[in-house]
Amino acid sequence: MELFLNRYRNLSVLLVAILAQLVLLAYQVKSNQEVRLIRVWAVSAVTPMARVIEAGRSSLSHFFSDYFVLLDVREENKRMRAELDRINMENQYLRTELSTADRARALSIFQQHSPSKTIAAHIIGNTTGAGAKSVIVDRGTSSGIQRGMAVITPDGIVGKVISVYPMASYVLMITDPAFAAGVISQKNRVHGTIKGQGHSTVIVDYVQNEEKVEPGEWFYTSGDDLIFPKGFPVGEATVVRPGKTHKEIYVTPSGLQNGLEEVLIIVEGIHTMIPDSPPGSQPVHLLSSPPDEGGLPAAAAPAQTGPLSTDADRLVDRYRKIGEAEQHVYGERGKGAPNFNAAPEDYGPRKAPEAKPPEYKQPPNP
Amino acid sequence: MTEFPAGYTEPSHKSTVSKSKVAAIVGIPLAAILFQVYVPRFVATLSYLELPLLVTVYFSLMWRSPVAGVAFGSGIGLAQDSLSPDNPLGMFGIVKTLVGYFAASVSQRVDVENSVVRLVLGFFFFFFHQFFYWVLGRALLGKALDFDPQQTLVLAALNAVVAVPLFRILDKLRLTG
Repeated sequence: MELFLNRYRNLSVLLVAILAQLVLLAYQVKSNQEVRLIRVWAVSAVTPMARVIEAGRSSLSHFFSDYFVLLDVREENKRMRAELDRINMENQYLRTELSTADRARALSIFQQHSPSKTIAAHIIGNTTGAGAKSVIVDRGTSSGIQRGMAVITPDGIVGKVISVYPMASYVLMITDPAFAAGVISQKNRVHGTIKGQGHSTVIVDYVQNEEKVEPGEWFYTSGDDLIFPKGFPVGEATVVRPGKTHKEIYVTPSGLQNGLEEVLIIVEGIHTMIPDSPPGSQPVHLLSSPPDEGGLPAAAAPAQTGPLSTDADRLVDRYRKIGEAEQHVYGERGKGAPNFNAAPEDYGPRKAPEAKPPEYKQPPNP
Repeated sequence: MTEFPAGYTEPSHKSTVSKSKVAAIVGIPLAAILFQVYVPRFVATLSYLELPLLVTVYFSLMWRSPVAGVAFGSGIGLAQDSLSPDNPLGMFGIVKTLVGYFAASVSQRVDVENSVVRLVLGFFFFFFHQFFYWVLGRALLGKALDFDPQQTLVLAALNAVVAVPLFRILDKLRLTG
């Protein structure tokens, strides 16, 4: 130090003098915020260093913290993966349960509304025969099942019972090559026989080329086979083309579209009518009509009119009643219009015209 | 050869010279400062004449010692600051300390008796003084001081012109011998 000061004496003196005056300057002068300059300089000189030191300390701290955290992360990751797998399985199980519950509910509703008497059954297994399409259900003779009974779902027919055991039965599926049933088309009422082919589609056989079947047309059971009651949906024709002697009609079975876990076995079948619209058109929920101007409850009008369900129908009915009450024939010339403002109730019951027959006046004899 | 009797001493003359030298060393800077402070009040154009600076340069050049230059520069600068109420202590002090140091350092390498050299040094140190004062004012105090390079160069030339005869007068006083 002494050597340094001797060697750079002049420079040292200069630095000391400058430094002393800088301190003097800083002590006197205040910044805009009324803080002495020496304090500003000191803070300005210290804070960057403090910031650097703090950044270093923070980085070091984070590094070690992350390191120790990482030691535990692998174990935690493994545990979380196991937990995720468990939750996924549980989720899948609950979804399946929910789906099963929905199907069971749909089956129950269908069972209640179907005129045929049915027994619900679970599919518990498949047969092992090559090409065979049959399943085992958990209902047998103990439940009243007999060989030859039809098996259906709310969406359509599934097959028929081919062998029965005390606690189970074999059901031949509609897609099995040995399966056959009588069907009828919805639109043109063409009769045929449905046969399985061993895969997902079935064919309708014995339909003459001259008969009219359109693609998209629905087929229903005809009841001719004495197994399936008439009126159950079979499927929609996807391909229709003329063959050598008969038409080639391919049908996608509707009963197998949504998977198969629960089925209904028809123990007492009742024939129903072939519906006018295909089963794909779902029923539309309609609210009850609003109250009319007379303050009658909305439910009252439909109850009186029976099948009349729209305002237009009720209006036509009202005019018809007024016409009958006034013995007016709509469309007849020279009689004017009836009093549409009069309420039908003013004329009493419908036999009012008999109660008050119009008087007949003998024309004067010339 | 002149022989002096035993016990002869020559202090009376030397001490007189020494006292007068000290008085001059104190008095001349003081006079320069007073000139700088008071004269411009009556003759405004003379405010551009930086006599304390020229005196600092002269003494630093003649003494050829940076330490002495630093001491003299800081002393005259602080004194100038003290007499300038709008200046915090240290502004002129720092600048003149540097001027004293550099002037003394230069004097160790060049012939400072030469008038041309004195002219150049006077010009350079005035410009350095003004420029560094402006830098300090902006950097340390945050003051928006004016600095016109062209004007400063002209004033530096004027001060340099004044410096040459001033230095000759001071030479006659033999203050640094």
